[in-house]
Amino acid sequence: MNRRHLISLAALSLSLSLAGGAANAANEPIKIGAVAPKTGPLAGGAAVTQWPTIKLWVSDVNGRGGLKMKDGSRRPIELIEYDDRTNPGETIKAVERLATRDKADFIIAPYGTGLNLASAPVFAKYGYPQIAVSAITDKTGELAKRYPGIFFTLGNTSAFAQSVADTLAKMVADGKIGKRVAMVNVADAFGIELAQAARPIFEKAGLEIVYDKSYPLGAQDLAPVVKGAKAANPDAFVAWSYPPDTFGLTELAKIEGLNVKAFYTAVATCFPAFAGKFKGSAENILGAGGIDVDSAALTGYFERHQKVTGVGADYWAGPVTYASLQVLEQAIESVGSTDRKAVTAQIKAGSFKTVLGDWKFKNQVIEQFWTVGQWQGGKFVGVASTGKAGEKPVQLKNGW
Amino acid sequence: MDTLIIGLLLGATYCLMALGLTLQYGVARIMNLAGGEWIVVGGFAAYWSFALQGVSPLWGFALAVPFAFVLNWLIYQYLLTPLIRRAKTRGALEVDSILATFGMSFIAVGLMRMAFGGEFFNYSFLAEPVLIFGSAFGLNRIFAAAVAIVFGVALYFWLVRSRTGMAMRALALSPSSAKLVAIDVQKLSLIAFSVGGAMSAAGGVVLSTFLTLDASVGVVFTMKALIIVIMGGVGNLKGAIVAALLLGMTESVIATWVDPGLTLAAAYLLFVVVLLVKPEGLFGTKS
Repeated sequence: MNRRHLISLAALSLSLSLAGGAANAANEPIKIGAVAPKTGPLAGGAAVTQWPTIKLWVSDVNGRGGLKMKDGSRRPIELIEYDDRTNPGETIKAVERLATRDKADFIIAPYGTGLNLASAPVFAKYGYPQIAVSAITDKTGELAKRYPGIFFTLGNTSAFAQSVADTLAKMVADGKIGKRVAMVNVADAFGIELAQAARPIFEKAGLEIVYDKSYPLGAQDLAPVVKGAKAANPDAFVAWSYPPDTFGLTELAKIEGLNVKAFYTAVATCFPAFAGKFKGSAENILGAGGIDVDSAALTGYFERHQKVTGVGADYWAGPVTYASLQVLEQAIESVGSTDRKAVTAQIKAGSFKTVLGDWKFKNQVIEQFWTVGQWQGGKFVGVASTGKAGEKPVQLKNGW
Repeated sequence: MDTLIIGLLLGATYCLMALGLTLQYGVARIMNLAGGEWIVVGGFAAYWSFALQGVSPLWGFALAVPFAFVLNWLIYQYLLTPLIRRAKTRGALEVDSILATFGMSFIAVGLMRMAFGGEFFNYSFLAEPVLIFGSAFGLNRIFAAAVAIVFGVALYFWLVRSRTGMAMRALALSPSSAKLVAIDVQKLSLIAFSVGGAMSAAGGVVLSTFLTLDASVGVVFTMKALIIVIMGGVGNLKGAIVAALLLGMTESVIATWVDPGLTLAAAYLLFVVVLLVKPEGLFGTKS
């Protein structure tokens, strides 16, 4: 072998290795971190709303070959999951770890109001955009000012209370029900905040609160609550409840024969497991959330969800979580790199095509969202919203 | 009247949570922090039978009880016996067993998540109204109360009438003297621990007919059971039953006449008061 050969060989191998390196960089996965409860009190909700949705999104994106970069190459997603055990301290630690040890390119917002707010400073410190979904508070404006990378998508406390009040007030005005409302709430941040917001709003809407009690999170027997509500002889029942008590209250209301024409329980009413447990009795029960059942994009989403994750999607925060991930996806693709600053700016400025229609953030908040849904014909149909298309009329609940 | 019945039904529910731990802690001296996980196992067995196999959830008994018995047997034999051998005092064993079972509870939650996912599971069984004095109560709760009574009575007769039971009571009272009268402490503890685990699982089968469970909810039951067992007097069956009923009545009275939001506070207040007045528990003996 002569010298020239050797040189050309070296040059060849060098160029090969360079090309290889370039190819590697292009196809190197984008690391996306996810922190949410897999154990603890919120694990059951996250197992319906958060984890399967993330799984579906990663599967959808990687099915297309990955996220499209500026140079036209596609980079697949590598998902890094952490269980925060429903403990804010653990959420913060996991986000820190994702930022510093795992060097995640992006981090999916945690699950639950408290866990999102607790970790917001850490997201801000490392400059990660945080598109919060399962976080409902009236402080969205204030928080958006304090944390330039935080976004809110699911709505705020007052809007939810207002929508329930409007829905009931309309039924009263139409002469379908009386104005006596029994209201109960779980004694946890979510339930307390909603009950507080609801009191003046209900009064203003001309409703009369005839029973108003709270119960502790994880209470094993809600019979006194339901018996008390029934004794107040209400026309409507509203519970600002969390998953285990949503199931418990509904079962007891059925047993006690709490025959109100409007029956509302908040979180988890939209879960497939709710209809699974109560079957026909779930019909015409009102709850938080809802979707536009006529939307073709959502029909496809529900089908893919079942196929990819093996479980049914919920009718509220699940699709919103998916839409929030689509926002992240489209923002990364239009920037064409993992530049977090540019992606955050793009989320603020851009408009996005999601399963829930076109999304555009206004001061880091999505202002059109579903507030009240109702089980109608085996589907949880949106009946009230802040300006979404496809609201269906409310049906009266006639017995169990 | 309603208040009384609600209280009794809730008390019976608490009995189901606590009876297993009474045996495990009272006799076998293992403060089992993984006790609540067995309730979830029982609950899942019932759910699996009912929702996925389409048979009565009571088949859960047939699945969960032998499984829990055997697994608790193995846990005691292979994981806890080394701790007992090396523990010099009861205090040391208590600390060791708390740490060990705390770790086991995490493993148990992880395994259950792998086995049946993290979702809530529940189903409707006997969710029908039964009128008692003109007021409606869930049939599933009344069924649970009946099961609690059967368990309580059976356990009572076993402990009071049988030879093994007598030895167990001796062991609960004074482990060191029990040895002197030729009681095989090791073997009896093993039996008590396994039966305790099986009872928790059986309780879980019943509880799942009206409670919504998920893989990591067990710790809630462990805490409730701990309060009841300690309040009743460690190792005293009668004490545990009385404590469970007392807790149920207190919560029911507070919920109906004061505010449902204060039930948890009232329960802990009761716990503190009992411990202040009688630090050894309602029926406990001074050591």
